Amino acid sequence: MSTTVIAESSNGSLHPITSQLVGAASALGGSITVICPGGIGSTDAAQISGVSKVISVEGDCFHTYDCMAWSESLSPLVEGDLILSSSSAMSREILSSIAAKKGVPVVQDVTNLAEGFSATRPIYSGKAIEEVRVPSPCAISLRPNSFEPAGGGGDAEIVTVNVSQDITVAVKQALAKAGERLDVSEADIIISGGRGMGGPSNFSHLYEVADVLGAAVGASRAAVDTWDEIPHSMQVGQTGKTVTPNLYIAVGISGAIQHLAGMRSSKYILAINKDPEAPIFGVADYGIVATWEEALPVLKGQLLEMLSS
Amino acid sequence: MGVAVLLKQVPDTTAKISVTDGRVDESSITKWSISPYDEYALENAIRLKELGYGDVVAITCGPARSSKCLVEAAAVGADKLIHVVTDSSSLDSIQIQALLSAAVKESSCDVVMCGKQAADTNSGSTGPGVASALGYSCVGAVTEVSIEGGVISATRLGPSGLEEVEVGVPCVFTFDKGDAELRRPNVRGIMMAKKKPIDSLTSDDLGVDTSNSAVSVESHSSPPEKPPGKKFVGIESVPEVVNMLRNDANVI
Repeated sequence: MSTTVIAESSNGSLHPITSQLVGAASALGGSITVICPGGIGSTDAAQISGVSKVISVEGDCFHTYDCMAWSESLSPLVEGDLILSSSSAMSREILSSIAAKKGVPVVQDVTNLAEGFSATRPIYSGKAIEEVRVPSPCAISLRPNSFEPAGGGGDAEIVTVNVSQDITVAVKQALAKAGERLDVSEADIIISGGRGMGGPSNFSHLYEVADVLGAAVGASRAAVDTWDEIPHSMQVGQTGKTVTPNLYIAVGISGAIQHLAGMRSSKYILAINKDPEAPIFGVADYGIVATWEEALPVLKGQLLEMLSS
Repeated sequence: MGVAVLLKQVPDTTAKISVTDGRVDESSITKWSISPYDEYALENAIRLKELGYGDVVAITCGPARSSKCLVEAAAVGADKLIHVVTDSSSLDSIQIQALLSAAVKESSCDVVMCGKQAADTNSGSTGPGVASALGYSCVGAVTEVSIEGGVISATRLGPSGLEEVEVGVPCVFTFDKGDAELRRPNVRGIMMAKKKPIDSLTSDDLGVDTSNSAVSVESHSSPPEKPPGKKFVGIESVPEVVNMLRNDANVI
């Protein structure tokens, strides 16, 4: 049994999900090779416990993102029975492309993986769960926060490979920088607002709480569709992002089925809504029946007090 | 020249999904729709056609019911319709990508558009997979395309933010939700669409072996019900809830 893990990076360093990918691979046994596109995070990857080898893949093509150039560069280095990546938007693309080039099947966004391979994945954005059997070799992307991360203390050898690949996608201009704020798909805590917030300017109250918690701010489809100021990139739900944070705080969100599909797998859910019959309370671990105008200032105050004590 | 748009028929996102005997019960799904992100692909395909980039060929892969997607696409401006007739639920990613790639070749289009992921599996494997199978370039998470002097530019959400990229053909674009308003069919469009011929192709016609799927579905189940949570009325409960989030749930 041998696994190739495609490392995830963000802002020039190794993303913590890489340890979860190694953790999932370790549970299956065998040797684990971690491939670092652009060489990003290779030193940190070598220190993850259980890693046998790190391949630091360097080349000009990694200075910009061209899915085909990346997958073409990485494919020849990917070997073994199993190829693992994160299920982030970019990694899914690269994994699909590598799988297609190698002629192996790909299964995305898996939340449980056992020998055989037997994989579990949510379908219809979590309205149902599917168990599939996939023979090796295959490519599988794993959902963040679904697998125990491997620890540190490793000392794997790092092999540097230089690649040269033509780019066919040229960036002409940056239109807007990636938000300074954390994206909902990256966050451990999310606070989301719905149409119950009354207006887009009232989202400032959610940002205030988010700043205290280091949380990302999300929105329901109703909010995104109603107010132009709330971008689709914030949308949580079946036609937006599926999220699995440790804590999801839903404020003024009634809980339409397509919203629940995108957030019900969160570890803990706190719902704040003035309507005691709102369906969101059906999936919430903690529910507070109150208006956001009353609840958010008190919540912020309590959090500040607790976190400073 | 020409734009092939790949459309997948999925249960409408408002549909309830029920599981019977370890399988999703498709007969209980009352409304099937074009997958939402594919609708943005279709809209942008028609816009590219209006900018002079040849015909729009709508392609779907699925059982008989999926042909409805093609009629809907024709009603808003698709010129040719190709239905790859198959029971797509039992196919693996390699087979689906092989079928769609063969259909794209059949269409002679050098631009391919589809949603960034479908609303049923949410996988997102098809666009980059088809691009790899065909040897096309691929640009993902696109919200808008335009063409000037034969060069296609796309607005995409890349790893470093929203950016404008240029790409040569042949290329696959996968679409995110953008600002583009989706056009609705008019009566004339709907009438014309019903008369438009659909080119039905089987896997044999396309020379793709679909007999052995590598991925086999063992079972479907409903998501585990959560035990009922604790519900409080009024903001007096906020300190207690914050305390539980810290000490019971350990999440803050």
